[in-house]
Amino acid sequence: MAKELLKGNVAIAEAAIRAGCEAYFGYPITPQTEILEHLAKRMPELGRVFLQAESEVAAVNMVYGAACAGARVMTSSSSPGISLMQEGISYIASSEVPAVFVDVMRGGPGLGNIQPTQSDYNQVTKTAGHGDFHPIVLAPATIQEAIDLMALSFDLAEKYRTLVFMALDGAIGQMMEPAELPPMQEVRRERPSWALTGKQGRDHKNIVTSLYLGAEPLTKFNAKLQAKLAEIEANEIRYDELLTDDAQLLITAYGTAARVAQTAVKRLRQENIPVGLFRPITLWPFPTERLGQLAGRVPAFLSVEMNAGQMIHDVREAVGRTVTVDFLGQPGGVIPLPEEIEDKVRQMWLKLEAVA
Amino acid sequence: MTALAFQRSEKKILKPIEKLVYERPHSLDENHTHYCPGCTHGIAHRLIAEVLDELGLQEKAILVAPVGCAVLAYNYFDVDGAEAAHGRAPAMATGLKRVNPDSVVFTYQGDGDLASIGIAEVIHTAVRGENITVIFINNAIYGMTGGQMAPTTIPGQVTTSSPNGRDTAQTGYPMQIAELLSGLPGTAYSVRRSLHDTRHIIQAKKAIRTAFEAQLQELGFSIVELLSSCPTNWGMTPIKALDWARDNMIPQYPLGDYKVVDELKKKRRNR
Amino acid sequence: MAKGRIVIDVERCKGCELCRDACPQDVLMLSDKFNNKGYRPVFLLEHDNECTGCALCAIACPDACITVYRQVPQRRLHPAQTAV
Ligand SMILES: Cc1ncc(C[n+]2csc(CCOP(=O)(O)OP(=O)(O)O)c2C)c(N)n1
Ligand code: SF4
Ligand code: SF4
Ligand SMILES: [Mg+2]
Repeated sequence: MAKELLKGNVAIAEAAIRAGCEAYFGYPITPQTEILEHLAKRMPELGRVFLQAESEVAAVNMVYGAACAGARVMTSSSSPGISLMQEGISYIASSEVPAVFVDVMRGGPGLGNIQPTQSDYNQVTKTAGHGDFHPIVLAPATIQEAIDLMALSFDLAEKYRTLVFMALDGAIGQMMEPAELPPMQEVRRERPSWALTGKQGRDHKNIVTSLYLGAEPLTKFNAKLQAKLAEIEANEIRYDELLTDDAQLLITAYGTAARVAQTAVKRLRQENIPVGLFRPITLWPFPTERLGQLAGRVPAFLSVEMNAGQMIHDVREAVGRTVTVDFLGQPGGVIPLPEEIEDKVRQMWLKLEAVA
Repeated sequence: MTALAFQRSEKKILKPIEKLVYERPHSLDENHTHYCPGCTHGIAHRLIAEVLDELGLQEKAILVAPVGCAVLAYNYFDVDGAEAAHGRAPAMATGLKRVNPDSVVFTYQGDGDLASIGIAEVIHTAVRGENITVIFINNAIYGMTGGQMAPTTIPGQVTTSSPNGRDTAQTGYPMQIAELLSGLPGTAYSVRRSLHDTRHIIQAKKAIRTAFEAQLQELGFSIVELLSSCPTNWGMTPIKALDWARDNMIPQYPLGDYKVVDELKKKRRNR
Repeated sequence: MAKGRIVIDVERCKGCELCRDACPQDVLMLSDKFNNKGYRPVFLLEHDNECTGCALCAIACPDACITVYRQVPQRRLHPAQTAV
């Protein structure tokens, strides 16, 4: 299929359709509403389920219900909506049913604004709901990558019977870029063996629950859940590296921040500053081990984020205390300029040279 | 005298035959329930199971039971089932039904669950005319958490969070759910019944049957509100609790049909 | 009057007495003994032979413990109805 000029949110919605998404439940919120609007038109055309819920609370529980039935199901929202969904997210995690969430992040806290930010990093990777769990979190930096990760989201959700988030900032949702959509996948009609379908002659009933009464059953369940998360950590880490081989200074950034950082890296290389870019694609599981390896020979890191510094804590944990980790970014909806990153890296490089 | 002895002694004259007139419904699981002795949750379960048996729906039914004393209901029915978060069962049932339109999906919700925390979900599910059935257990109290005031608590009723009796000036008035939902075009069937004696239990069962029939005929949202007892948190014997339900709940919550779409009325006449 | 018989799942019974309250013949009693759950289950006073098999006890029972049989003259029965 040929490349076409696509708007981020529309591309994501169409990619979900092409990935065989059977049902969508959602509630309007900027800057992701185009996802909902595109699906409102396309899903019924294809005989699939689209429903605008009365709230994000209802939407997430509709997703939960459809997930219990073993359908490929998703929702999309933005920061305040994700906050409202957290109860259902936690239940879904505990029930081990597959579901896909798209969070087109906006400025917070509170109602904040609709500018692009990365202010939900902590929320989606660490505190997506009560209890001990993490969703898989995928962070695309281009529209093509968003399309590709959309299909992967459903596959991972089903493979591990878990939640997968695609977390992007509003800039990627709103911009247009040439990209190629995959061919159409039909909706898979057969249901997994654990799904709620009515017994239909099965010799046992299927139950989906997140309730484990007593310390022993819940401890056991949590051990199983943690083992699954460990398996995901072992298998599913994804990242991208730019000029890291000889780098003495590494920028860590994802999403739009990584795109800006990439421009800065290319320009700084022309000044012979040995800087590279490390871009996590999975925010959870975080590429801790690879960053740790790089820290063995890279003395300084710069975390560039569109927030007050959230991923930086994961970077610090990965690289250890002997390595400098600086921060550039701000909350509130401002995309950093390449020049700002360049200035910051030059300062850091001067310091490094002075020490050497 | 046992039936067998009876048969033997009068063998020559009558040869009476022993007929099974009531047995435990197949749509109930063998598990013993954790409900308090005499709690009408059990009666409601039994009636639903009897209706599922009679309509041949055991293989098609999916139960959604949210938090409340009946949170473990999936252990007590022998049908597919899910547990839902507090108040969210109608939304979950919506998701299930939309992707499994051939299944028969029902929620089983308490009054704290449905009328308080989950009021938005149930109203919008009715607004959409969602083809699901709601069995609504109104026992005028939060049973599971130990007897706090519910939106359905009767004025003056003492609960652990209205220790001096529900004061309507502070906490408002009981919610009439069957009436409230009957006002929505998406609602096909909204009625109130009581479980306080056998005559009313039989009527309740008929209503549950009609509610499921509404779903089978794809007529829209159906709900049966069942006035129920909570002997434990009301602080009464099971029998006294049923008397209390009759004397105090029925005046506040009149029994009756608040919405029955014509298609269901015709069906009834033909029967 | 028709004769009936009930079978009570003694281990399932919680001794709530709703069946007893519902019984028009007053032939149900709580046992002196306890079941494994610690409740005194009901039993049918069989010597009176006054159970009519009306099934009101079963309709009242929250725990679905009661199975009810009723004796009917054979000729009034369709063969398919002879469940026992
Ligand atoms: C979000 C949330 N809030 C509060 C609770 C605690 N809680 C559990 S059951 C319940 C009330 C149940 O009352 P009702 O729905 O009337 O059911 P009943 O137990 O009376 O049958 C509450 C408040 C919870 N589980 N989840
Ligand atoms: S607490 Fe009340 S509602 Fe809950 S099982 Fe006991 S009697 Fe029933
Ligand atoms: S109603 Fe059922 S549980 Fe209660 S005493 Fe009678 S048989 Fe036992
Ligand atoms: Mg209640």
